[in-house]
Amino acid sequence: MLSRVANSIFWMSRYLERVENAARLIETQLHMLLDLPSLREDPNAWKPLVDITGDGDYFSEKLGDPTRENVMFFHTFDDDYPHSIKSCLTAARENARSVREVIPSEIWEMINKLYLDVAGMGTSLKAFTNPHKFYSDIKMASHLIIGIAYTTMSRGEAWHFAQLGRYLERADKTSRILDVKYFIMLPRLDYVGSSMDNVLWSALLKSTNSFEMYRKRFNLISPQNIVDFLIFDREFPRSIIYCVSHAEQSLFRITGTPVGAFNNELERQCGKLSGKLNYSNVSEVMSIGLHEFLDGIQSDVNNLDNAVFENFFAIKKVTDSNRAGFQIQ
Amino acid sequence: MNFESYNPGKFYDEFFSKPGIPRAEVKKLIDRVNSFPDTELTNRQKAAEAAFMQMGITFGVYGDQKGLEKIFPFDIIPRIINAQDWNLIERGVTQRVYALNKFIHDVYNEQKIIKDGVISKEIILSSVAYRKECLGLKPPKGIWCHISGIDLVRDENGQFYVLEDNLRCPSGVSYVLGNRRVMKHTLPVVFESLPIRPVDDYSNRLADTLRNLIPESILKPNIVILTPGIYNSAYFEHSFLAQQMGEELVEGRDLVVMDDFVYMRTTKGFERVDAIYRRIDDDFLDPTVFNPDSLLGVPGLMQSYRSGKVALANAPGTGIADDKAIYSFVPEIIKYYTGEDAILPNVPTFLCGDEKSRKHVIENIENFVVKTTHGSGGYGMLIGPYSTKEQQQKMIENIMQDPRNYIGQPVIQLSRVPVIVKDRFEGRHIDLRPYILYGEDINVLPGGLTRVALEKDSLVVNSSQGGGSKDTWVLAEGSK
Repeated sequence: MLSRVANSIFWMSRYLERVENAARLIETQLHMLLDLPSLREDPNAWKPLVDITGDGDYFSEKLGDPTRENVMFFHTFDDDYPHSIKSCLTAARENARSVREVIPSEIWEMINKLYLDVAGMGTSLKAFTNPHKFYSDIKMASHLIIGIAYTTMSRGEAWHFAQLGRYLERADKTSRILDVKYFIMLPRLDYVGSSMDNVLWSALLKSTNSFEMYRKRFNLISPQNIVDFLIFDREFPRSIIYCVSHAEQSLFRITGTPVGAFNNELERQCGKLSGKLNYSNVSEVMSIGLHEFLDGIQSDVNNLDNAVFENFFAIKKVTDSNRAGFQIQ
Repeated sequence: MNFESYNPGKFYDEFFSKPGIPRAEVKKLIDRVNSFPDTELTNRQKAAEAAFMQMGITFGVYGDQKGLEKIFPFDIIPRIINAQDWNLIERGVTQRVYALNKFIHDVYNEQKIIKDGVISKEIILSSVAYRKECLGLKPPKGIWCHISGIDLVRDENGQFYVLEDNLRCPSGVSYVLGNRRVMKHTLPVVFESLPIRPVDDYSNRLADTLRNLIPESILKPNIVILTPGIYNSAYFEHSFLAQQMGEELVEGRDLVVMDDFVYMRTTKGFERVDAIYRRIDDDFLDPTVFNPDSLLGVPGLMQSYRSGKVALANAPGTGIADDKAIYSFVPEIIKYYTGEDAILPNVPTFLCGDEKSRKHVIENIENFVVKTTHGSGGYGMLIGPYSTKEQQQKMIENIMQDPRNYIGQPVIQLSRVPVIVKDRFEGRHIDLRPYILYGEDINVLPGGLTRVALEKDSLVVNSSQGGGSKDTWVLAEGSK
């Protein structure tokens, strides 16, 4: 597969995952606030949604206070912010357009439609008359695109690059959400055991779409179980360990190296991260400190990202060293 | 909405021989449409447009910064060509492409046609599309123009003429296929009632045409389509054809030449490329040979091509046969290489490079269409009867500055078809571009792009100038 094409598929899938995450985050927040009248008056109720992005400086400089409107605009329509839903959709669509010949037509058509729908909102006000529906539609469109890919794409390189992009993005997002939300909630010890507490922790689970699946494994909502579930549950498709191990599988399918061995820096880093997750557990994480642990995961994912770029996408110059190695087919 | 009040006007109307008297091949269509409930047709028109938008069958307009892309306006009333007319078209364009291919090969090799005095050396050497870099080239199997599009028009008597030849990178075939796909959903019942010849296997035939360029000893050849990228106005078409053929769509930066072989950069290293269907112009193909500023091309590509390590479709240099001054000699070219008379006539053409003709064109400019010899897309042309005095004066100045590069043609009143204008039918002028593939033999796609000048009375059908398109239904032999 052409390096440029692989790169576009990888990013198309990452951007779509980003869109879905942003939509879910806001949708959950809206739901949660309906249940917590007291928090609705809190001027900082929406602030965690800015903190999660790590782009708080940009936000306060451009938009000021983290009001509901500002935060929703920021995450949804802000053309200047590269991670807003609209910016990500634009990028996903540009990438999809450049690989139209490789992906199933229906995927291109759905991405195109989703983009046209969101861009067609023009001003933000229109969407916000029924924001629940708006964000839920975006989320469902994303599910639909993933479903089309699942049922129509051959499990070749294109598929695995899309998987790699999606799972790396998801691992990163789950760790960020867990990191930020956990620390916002912990200080409110007065809530412990109250229904308020349950609502807040449930919201964390819902913002990663994990509430129902969590309930099936643990009946009680407890911070430690939630951490366990979101990092170490091997069966839940948004847990960090699941994302990393699926990214790993796709990566090794692409290169043809058996899992557990490595031939280059990328494979080594991926295996190392996977090992770290495989052989750790929640009590170890808590003793290291959750924030430190998640910080480490985020920087590992980042490094992996760079290694993916170097290994597959960077335009290689024709030099005598890679001349010797090129294949003639 | 129905055809009862439709006025065919003083032109050749493709649907009605006289007001209220439909031609045999369109009668079924007209009866169906007349029987539709009132808003049915407009609803279907809207649904068709929405389908194009969602499929992203769009094009970019040069000079349009923000809007980036539009759908190609589409009218759901098809254009219908009966078997007899199609037979004439098919034979005519086949003959023409065969002769033009011979001509191109001759021009870049022995130049017999010049030595025999059929066409002057000056007219060839002075063409901006002439590529001296191609002298002595011998493309695989002697084929230069693998893919061509010949633009045809009909005058007020229904006579077909060739308006221009497109032997470089003719675009539009994806619209033929896209239009057909949408039409099958839009008017399925009408579709079923007529023996319409399919266009769907174009991509198979194109793949065969390209495969024909590669030595059989290469068992699993890599064929690629070379595109300028996603901002090119025909990008949709490039990706569509690549998808339909299952071949890679590449940009110049994906390719590299080493030891005269062309390779593409893949996730697993460099992979050899055997044939390139290039959708970028000669000038941008190889910066070491042509335009040195080109970022779209591949350095070293021409050397690779020259040494037979890669095949190119179309071959570089074919633009010589698109030149509108050369065009005026095509009937002689056909006679010279085939011994036959041209089946499809040219529109009479006056070369401004010739003093007498130039005088005639300038004195009667209000009755002439004036074009540059190498232009396309409807840019830089003047339509005498619809132009202002200033425009005419400006054009005369242009001609005087560079007479070789202008031609004049009498205005042809193009044939018309009904199109939907709000809630009624009105006649609009059209042309037809059939697509011709030159592989093991010459094959004409039974269909083609019917372009419509959507503005009332306009004779310019180019999409860049407000033109739209229709599905083109060629009826099978023996049908009524």
